[in-house]
Amino acid sequence: MRTETPWSTVFELLAETGWETLYMVALSAVFALIGGLPLGVLLHVTSPGGLRPQALTYRLLNFVVDIGRSLPFVILLIALLPVTRSIVGTTLGSTAAVVPLTVGAIPFLARLVEGALREVDTSVVEAAITTGATKPHIVRGVLLREAAPALVAGIGVTVIALIGYSAMAGVVGGGGLGDLAIRYGYQRFDTKVLISTVVVLGVFARLVQFLFDLGSRGIDRRRRVTA
Amino acid sequence: MITVENLTKSFPGKGGEVRALDGVSLEVPANTILGVVGTSGAGKSTLARCIALLEQPDSGSIRVDGTDLVSLSGASLRAARRQIGVVPQNDSLLRQRTAAGNIALPLEAAKVPGPQRKQRVAELLELVGLSDKAANYPDQLSGGQRQRVAIARALAASPSVLLADEPTSALDPETTGSVLTVLDRVRSELGLTVLVVTHDMAVVRRICDDIAVLEHGRVVENGKVLDLISEPGSRTASALLPELDQVSQQHTAKYDRVADVVLVGFAAVGALLPEAASRHDVELSLLGGGMTRLNDTPVARFRIALNGERADAALKWIGERGAVVRHKPTLVAGTAA
Repeated sequence: MRTETPWSTVFELLAETGWETLYMVALSAVFALIGGLPLGVLLHVTSPGGLRPQALTYRLLNFVVDIGRSLPFVILLIALLPVTRSIVGTTLGSTAAVVPLTVGAIPFLARLVEGALREVDTSVVEAAITTGATKPHIVRGVLLREAAPALVAGIGVTVIALIGYSAMAGVVGGGGLGDLAIRYGYQRFDTKVLISTVVVLGVFARLVQFLFDLGSRGIDRRRRVTA
Repeated sequence: MITVENLTKSFPGKGGEVRALDGVSLEVPANTILGVVGTSGAGKSTLARCIALLEQPDSGSIRVDGTDLVSLSGASLRAARRQIGVVPQNDSLLRQRTAAGNIALPLEAAKVPGPQRKQRVAELLELVGLSDKAANYPDQLSGGQRQRVAIARALAASPSVLLADEPTSALDPETTGSVLTVLDRVRSELGLTVLVVTHDMAVVRRICDDIAVLEHGRVVENGKVLDLISEPGSRTASALLPELDQVSQQHTAKYDRVADVVLVGFAAVGALLPEAASRHDVELSLLGGGMTRLNDTPVARFRIALNGERADAALKWIGERGAVVRHKPTLVAGTAA
């Protein structure tokens, strides 16, 4: 039996689940940054040709990141249930969903960070080495600074990936827009809600992309015409 | 003062090891600009990377004011790197930092406190003539300006040696001039030892006091530029002196003596040949050659022809005051009028 949901209810549902999505994505993005940035730096620094090549460490990190990247998120969500319980105390709800979201996003971001750092010109790094700078100083003052626009863009890509991942949070009762689309659109054939969710998610992703593009370009000092 | 002794460096290559440096020794006193020249593949870049302490040589020593820098590591290696300012190929500035921020990098590394850092950066910008560009990012500067910022950065930690690796290879002749002028000032105003690695003999012509020619990883010629140009057959002479056209045998046959002379210095270039002619009462003609300038010294190479009984005496007289290579040392007696 099809029941038509009135618009007022649709807006209420969108506001509620939209907030849940925002909460999950924002929180897990922050944690993913805290974990993924150092991991990406470590990957770059220990890579062959990095500041401090460490073949064994690099291969190990590489392996872990590859596994993390290739695991489908739904599997990760379920596999991490015991971990989630020990951290959050429960396996249900938006907060509980943040744990697998973060774990899923860390290797994703780490790869993007590694790629961004690799794009920094070797000769610029060598020039910094000849000034007698220490390695931590080169990482902070040269690598991260030079790669900053690419890093910001990479974080944007990660946030958008997190929006995608968060659609599956319904599996653990995390709620969110994706969950709404599945419950109303798929299980109750409510096209109105389904389409509305798609629009809101689309706008959300586009907005994130726009903001991070703006930020990335805003801090980039290359190719600017002299005033 | 920098002393390089017996430096060797090999790289694994296709079909065995490639010897990039094969016992290179050099000595550059303070207040001197040495040009290291050679074709690509001669070992110039490897030598530059070894002296920049970016590459560890297989054997040999690099001493700056007596201290060997080759086998250092950790904090002492970083301190040694501050002794050698490096101007890399293609400026290699941080694109996300201003000119001032780039110059401050070595000062940050040396933990110079903020206010002093600022003052030093201002001095350096002044030295390279870019005080008004402090807040500009590299992409807002021209190639020559970027290279001058790179020189200022290399000088920031007050090194005693400045190493410039192909500092002008990416620049047009006009901007090359501005960069070379700055390097010259570094030597004359700061009294630094400067090494310029280059394939461009115009750089040697403009600023170098000494020259070292690399070939297949060996120094095949080394000395003062002005000494080497007077040595017949030296690579320095053939590269820096005005060219001599081939003069046909038929053409030279009507002279008693034909010789090439190299003259160094204002007095010699200007007056030596006419004086020789009048003193010895010979007829002297110029068959070829010309004048040039090395740094600020006028230098000339001429192919001259002499007619007269005292032609040999005139050549000998010139030889005592310049370098002479004789082309037709002896001729059948009989002199033309």
